[in-house]
Amino acid sequence: MKISKKKCVGCANCVPVCPMNAIFIGPDNLAEVDREACVECHTCFRGLSFEHLPGGLVRWARRALKMVRLRFQPDPDLCPTEALEPEKLEWPRIVRSAFSDPMVTHESTGIHGRGTAEAKTNDVTGRVGTGEAGFVVEFGRPGIGVIFRDVEKATRALAVEGVVFEPENPVTSLMTNAGEGSIREDILDEKILSCIVEFKTRMEDVPRILDAVKAVSGTLNTVVSIGVSTRCDEDGSDPLHALLMEQGYDTWRAKVNMGMGRRSNIASGGKGRRV
Amino acid sequence: MTNTLHRFGKPETLRDDYIVFAMASKGINDEGAVEKVRVFFRAALKHNPINMGNAVINPLYRPEKDLTFLKLYFSGRKEKVAPETFISEISALGTAAVVFDNRQTMADFLKELRDLDLGLSVNVSALIDDVRDVCGEIHLTPHSVEYSLPFQGDIDRLPERDILSLTTMCGHGMIASNFARKMVDGIREGRLERDQACRYMAKFCVCGVFNTTRALRILETTVKGA
Repeated sequence: MKISKKKCVGCANCVPVCPMNAIFIGPDNLAEVDREACVECHTCFRGLSFEHLPGGLVRWARRALKMVRLRFQPDPDLCPTEALEPEKLEWPRIVRSAFSDPMVTHESTGIHGRGTAEAKTNDVTGRVGTGEAGFVVEFGRPGIGVIFRDVEKATRALAVEGVVFEPENPVTSLMTNAGEGSIREDILDEKILSCIVEFKTRMEDVPRILDAVKAVSGTLNTVVSIGVSTRCDEDGSDPLHALLMEQGYDTWRAKVNMGMGRRSNIASGGKGRRV
Repeated sequence: MTNTLHRFGKPETLRDDYIVFAMASKGINDEGAVEKVRVFFRAALKHNPINMGNAVINPLYRPEKDLTFLKLYFSGRKEKVAPETFISEISALGTAAVVFDNRQTMADFLKELRDLDLGLSVNVSALIDDVRDVCGEIHLTPHSVEYSLPFQGDIDRLPERDILSLTTMCGHGMIASNFARKMVDGIREGRLERDQACRYMAKFCVCGVFNTTRALRILETTVKGA
């Protein structure tokens, strides 16, 4: 992301809206983007409203108002001169956008977002079965960001634990060796808003894997959000809840797949079939 | 995607927060799914949702990209589009999400979805006990469940609790901590109305899963606590 010096009037409305604190007011009193901190999420460009005022006119008006001790201050969600300018990104910087802008579709998954549909479509994919646990470990969330070097540190540690990374996941698609958890060298210094590492384990391995995630998370310069899923029993209950409680985790909030999905595409094996 | 899973807050602060979403899987049940998603949203409208979106097009609360001096100062801002406008704009699949601030309306909507039998995967993101109770009431058996666990890692870098409660209502992290603080400060200094602050924040959540009712309550508590 760039901010046009010609258009910017230094109102600073874009400064607080950046989730990564990458926008600041420079010595010339105009907004600038710290390219190292920017993750190309486009939040500033997409989230701010635009009023198409000429930069020169607004700067003049600001000076005039200042002389009579008044301040030009547009609504806090507004860039008065449409000064934000997205850049055409090249590899490897484009990785930042793919993992930070939720409106960008990952080529590897064909869906928006930073992971797969995980348990949300388990009623038609059957990805996580009875007696299995699906892990969704998101690095950098909430709101801190992460560099791939830290993600690799974690994926290597998890690989040692014997986890098998979800092949359809965008992070897995960037691994050079999924068995070792190594990620391609040319993106390791790229910073992103967050990324999701997915894998599944047997239910009895959940405590050991959670300990491993917790241990490696403590060595990272970021925060980690963890989701664990499973398929429910016939009566809708599940063994994971009790297991997580035993391990001392608060489990009051969850996402529940209601089982309403059907494999309805003709090519997918017959109308109306659930898994 | 876990954009609604890790909403920060104690259970008592999450009692008015229910997200129901529908998804299709590529190659499995995506044929005709765009129209089914429109049916999903239209069914939701009968139950007074407070927000909706699908992460492909702008949600109900959206920024205005064509403001002019005249529009801004004479016509006024238009910060939320009519739900039917939003529904008619849907042309591609995403995660269709609807937010409710009331358990009963969420339950009524789920019941209607059960009867509609759209064949899409439907999930509810909320307090697990509430969802299980509702399932019992309307005779639905959950298929799978995904639990949110507490944040790990360098959690000292996280913002204060009230701000985190606001920002995590956009799971993609599009609502910046500093923007939420600016909203709180604006209210405290009398420059901003609370509901206006909620609308400003909602516009940054592209999936439309920001709960404006809960945000209003959090802002009221935060401002009172000053």
